[in-house]
Amino acid sequence: MQEDFTYVVLADDDEDDRLFFVEAFDELKIQTKVDVYKDGLELMDALNHPDAVLPNILFLDLNMPKKSGIECLIEIKSNKKFKDIAIAIYSTSASEEDIEDTFVQGANIYIKKPSDFNDLKKILSDVVTINWQYHTNALDKDNFLLRL
Amino acid sequence: MKVFIKFDFAQFCSKVLDEKLCELGIKYRMLNFGELEFLEPVSADQMKAFETVLNDYGIEKIENQKVILVQKIKDTIVDMVFNANESIAVKSSVYLADKLGHSYGYLSNLFSEVTYTSIENFIILQRIEYAKSLITNTDLSLTEIAFRLQYSSVAHLSTQFKNTTGITPTTFQRIIAKRRALKNNKD
Repeated sequence: MQEDFTYVVLADDDEDDRLFFVEAFDELKIQTKVDVYKDGLELMDALNHPDAVLPNILFLDLNMPKKSGIECLIEIKSNKKFKDIAIAIYSTSASEEDIEDTFVQGANIYIKKPSDFNDLKKILSDVVTINWQYHTNALDKDNFLLRL
Repeated sequence: MKVFIKFDFAQFCSKVLDEKLCELGIKYRMLNFGELEFLEPVSADQMKAFETVLNDYGIEKIENQKVILVQKIKDTIVDMVFNANESIAVKSSVYLADKLGHSYGYLSNLFSEVTYTSIENFIILQRIEYAKSLITNTDLSLTEIAFRLQYSSVAHLSTQFKNTTGITPTTFQRIIAKRRALKNNKD
């Protein structure tokens, strides 16, 4: 068995969504470590810290106070230090425009927040598994686009 | 004064192995690169000396047989997908079992245990990744790509692409094109 684990970070201003997210990961069989932040500013401060351990996958809510998900995305994509982080947009919106726009800006994954907890578990499990495949098989991350 | 050197990594390693194994009096045969067969029983002391001596050169004996076999399965699949035009006539399960000398059931269970995914899904993933790289790096049409990857039709390729990635090949193509345009504007 591979000993590595996947380090996951979420930035979301909704407390319930954060709770469900952490709980869903607790129930997955894949080894993960999860940290959460409550807005974009808090997230970027943590990522920009010189000693920061960078996540393998970063989940971004689009609508957050102080700094939105798309602002974080653009900031992260313009900094080479963050090039290995897979970025998942995690939003209530399913507008085609939001989806295509975030992909074009460099997001790898777009997830419409499901209302059912079991659906959430399934989706997060899929995301981590596919990300793991990219990670362990040296696949081209520029071609990593996934919509769930 | 500066000089430039060029070295053959495979030849270098083989030479080191050959010298060290001779010193230790171990008779061996090179199977593939990175795979040795000892022709006579090797004592525990010899094995230990073998590992210690080679460690100095950054050569390490891989312990986990399962991980090695899984890597072989992956290599075989990648090879199979990327050389699909040479038409492999048998089913992939038969091909893998033949090529690796284990039953497909065994390979399949082992693969899932180590990688969190199934052989079937891994094959699909590799085919779709190959399709993606052909879409982004060549002028081939989807019809040609479907043919090259041995899909029965464009529709079949598109459906599998959509099922795997959540987006259609056409949308994928558009997003990558827009990304490149955006990047060029920034530079």
